[in-house]
Amino acid sequence: MTVLEQRGAYRPSPPPAWQPRMDAAPLLPDAEPYRVLGTEAAGKADPGLLRRLYAELVRGRRYNTQATALTKQGRLAVYPSSTGQEACEIAAALALEERDWLFPSYRDTLAVVARGVDPAEALTLLRGDWHSGYDPYAHRVAPLSTPLATQLPHAVGLAHAARLKGDDVVALAMVGDGGTSEGDFHEALNFAAVWQAPVVFLVQNNGFAISVPLAKQTAAPSLAHKAVGYGMPGRLVDGNDAAAVHEVLSDAVRHARAGGGPTLVEAVTYRVDAHTNADDATRYRGEDEIAAWRAHDPIELLERELTARGLLDDAGVEAARQDAETMAAALRERMNRDPELNPMDLFDHVYAETTSQLREQRALLRAELEAEQEQYGEPGGPEGGAR
Amino acid sequence: MTTVAVKPATMAQALTRAMRDAMAADPTVHVMGEDVGTLGGVFRVTDGLAKEFGEDRCTDTPLAEAGILGTAVGMAMYGLRPVVEMQFDAFAYPAFEQLVSHVSRMRNRTRGRMPLPITVRIPYGGGIGGVEHHSDSSEAYYMATPGLHVVTPATVADAYGLLRQAIASDDPVVFLEPKRLYWSKDSWNPEQPTQVEPISRAVVRRTGRSATLITYGPSLPVCLEAAEAAQAEGWDLEVVDLRSLVPFDDDTVCASVRRTGRAVVVHESTGFGGPGGEIAARVTERCFHHLEAPVLRVAGFDLPYPPPMLERHHLPGVDRILDAVARLQWEAEG
Repeated sequence: MTVLEQRGAYRPSPPPAWQPRMDAAPLLPDAEPYRVLGTEAAGKADPGLLRRLYAELVRGRRYNTQATALTKQGRLAVYPSSTGQEACEIAAALALEERDWLFPSYRDTLAVVARGVDPAEALTLLRGDWHSGYDPYAHRVAPLSTPLATQLPHAVGLAHAARLKGDDVVALAMVGDGGTSEGDFHEALNFAAVWQAPVVFLVQNNGFAISVPLAKQTAAPSLAHKAVGYGMPGRLVDGNDAAAVHEVLSDAVRHARAGGGPTLVEAVTYRVDAHTNADDATRYRGEDEIAAWRAHDPIELLERELTARGLLDDAGVEAARQDAETMAAALRERMNRDPELNPMDLFDHVYAETTSQLREQRALLRAELEAEQEQYGEPGGPEGGAR
Repeated sequence: MTTVAVKPATMAQALTRAMRDAMAADPTVHVMGEDVGTLGGVFRVTDGLAKEFGEDRCTDTPLAEAGILGTAVGMAMYGLRPVVEMQFDAFAYPAFEQLVSHVSRMRNRTRGRMPLPITVRIPYGGGIGGVEHHSDSSEAYYMATPGLHVVTPATVADAYGLLRQAIASDDPVVFLEPKRLYWSKDSWNPEQPTQVEPISRAVVRRTGRSATLITYGPSLPVCLEAAEAAQAEGWDLEVVDLRSLVPFDDDTVCASVRRTGRAVVVHESTGFGGPGGEIAARVTERCFHHLEAPVLRVAGFDLPYPPPMLERHHLPGVDRILDAVARLQWEAEG
C-alpha cells in the first residue's frame, strides 16, 4: 500500500464540539459612565447616605489640602494628593462592611482614613518615620502599597482564604489607570475569576500615570472592558459622582458576598493636583483640561444635588466646613510634633527571632549612638534617642 | 546504623511526607502551585496531597508565579500558612517582586503586626541534564534580601526536618530543593521522622583536621566524595553542611575553620557575587589569626548556566575541589 493509499484510510472529522464558556454580553460595561447625581436615579438615593458622603468628601478634600501644605512645610516627605478623586476614595471605604478588607495604593490615604484609621497614623509612610503606621488588623486595611498593582493579588488571596474558612468577607482593592498595565493586575484578575474570589477591583482612571496619559497606557475600549477577558463583569462609572460610585461598588460588594465572584469597576475621574509635590504637571497638561474637570468637581456635584433636594442649607455647608477644619487642626497639631524615633527599632522586626548578625549590627549602632550622646550631651545626638 | 524498620527513602519522598504531616497537624497549611494537585508536581513531590486533603488544601493554580506568591501573601495575611511550589529555579523569577517587595518586608513594615509565614519551595541547581532555565542556582538573590530565611537540605532526613521547620516558621522561608538529590536515597524512617533542631544551624558532616570544606545542598555529596579521595593525598578534610544560608551559622563554620586553619567554599552558584564571597569574607573577618591560607572558592563559572551537554565542565567536581585544597599553602613557598 502506498503512503497516499494509507492516508485514504484516514477519515477526518470535524473537531470535538466547541462552545463559548459563557455569554460575554452581560459582562460588558455600559457605553457611558454610570451617573446618579443630576439624573432621575438621584431621587432614589438615600438622603442619609448622600449627607454622609458630603461630609466625608468635604473632610477628604481638607485632608488633601492639609497634607499637601504639611509637605510644603517639610512635615511630610511626599504626599500623592487625591484632590478631585475624593468621591472614589470615600465611596470605596463606605461600600464595605466592618468585617471586609481594603487594599489601598499609595494615593488612597483618604480611603484608609474613611475606613477608620487614625488620620495621623495613615501618614506614617509619607512622613517617613516608618513604612506603615497603623495596625492592618484593627480596621482591616492593608498597608499602603507603593509598588503598583502588587497589592491586588494580596486582596485576591485574602478573599480566597476567607471564603475557604467560610467567613463572610469581601476584599476591595484599589489601583490606578497606570497600574492596569502591570502584570500583577492581570494575574490578580485572572486568579480572582478562576477562584471566584469575593473581590472588587476599583480602578481610578484619573487620566495620568505621573505624566503618561491613558492613550499611551492602553488601547482597550475602556479599562472596564478588560474584565470581559477574565470572565468577570466590568462596570464603568463617573468617578466624580459619589452616589454613583457608592452604588456601583456596593452592588459589586453584594455580588461578591453572595458568591457571584469578582467585579472590575473603572471610575473615570481626574487627578487635579500634580502626581506629588515633586512633580511639575505643567510639563504634560494644559490649564483648560484641569479647568474642565474642576467644573465637574465631586463635592460641588453632591452639594448641588443636596441643595436642590432641600437636604443641605448654608448652615449644613458651614457645619461640614467646620468639622473639616477641626480635623485639619488636629492633624496639623499631630504632624507638627516631631515623631518619636528609636533607631534600635530598625532591627526589631526583620525576623520573628533576630539573628546573630543583626544582634552584632544592633550593638554597633547602639555604641555609635552612645558615643554621639557623650559628644553632644543629648540622648543619642541629633538623630534621636536609643532605648 | 539502620534497623529493620528503616527502609531507603528518597529526598522527594521525605519532602512529600513533611508536607503531608504538616497538613495533617495544622489545617491552616495550604500547598499551592503549578501542577501540584492532580499531577502531584512535575517532580511528584506533592504526590497524593490533593487526594488526601482535597483541592482546597493542595491547589493547582493558574500558571503565573507572581500571582501564586501574591495570592499566598493575602492568604497568609488571613491566617493561613501557604506552602508555595515554584516549578523550577528560573521560573521563580516572575515572583521576585512579590518576594522582595512584600514577602520579605511585611513583618518589618508593620512592626511585627503582619508576619507572613510562607514557605516558597524552589527546586534548584543543575546536574539533571536540563535545558536552559532548568538548572539555575539563584540563592544569592534570595540571600541578598533581608527578611527571608534561605534554607537548603542535602540529606533525606534534613529534607523532612527542615521543611517541617520551614512550614512551622512564622517568617517567610525560601526552601531550596537540590533537584539532583531528589532521587538520592538514604536509610530514613518515615514513621519516626526526626526534626532538625533550630532551622538555622549548620552541621559538621565529616570531621577532619587538615582543612574545612564549607558547602550546602547539591554540592554536599561532591564534597564528601572529595574528602574521601583526599585521604590518598594525606589530607583529612572536614565537611560543613550549612543547611541554612540565612541566617548564617557563623559559630559552627568558624569553630571548624579555627580547628583546621584552612577553608574552601564549594557551591554551584556563580563565584562572582555568589554566596562564597560572603562566606569567605565572614570566615576571614572572624578567623584571620587561625588561617594558614586564604579562603578559596570553588564555584560555578561566571557565565549563564551551560547547556546540558556541557554542564559537567561547569559544576564543581571532585578534581576541582582537590585542586583548590592543594593550593591551600601546605608548605611555605620557597
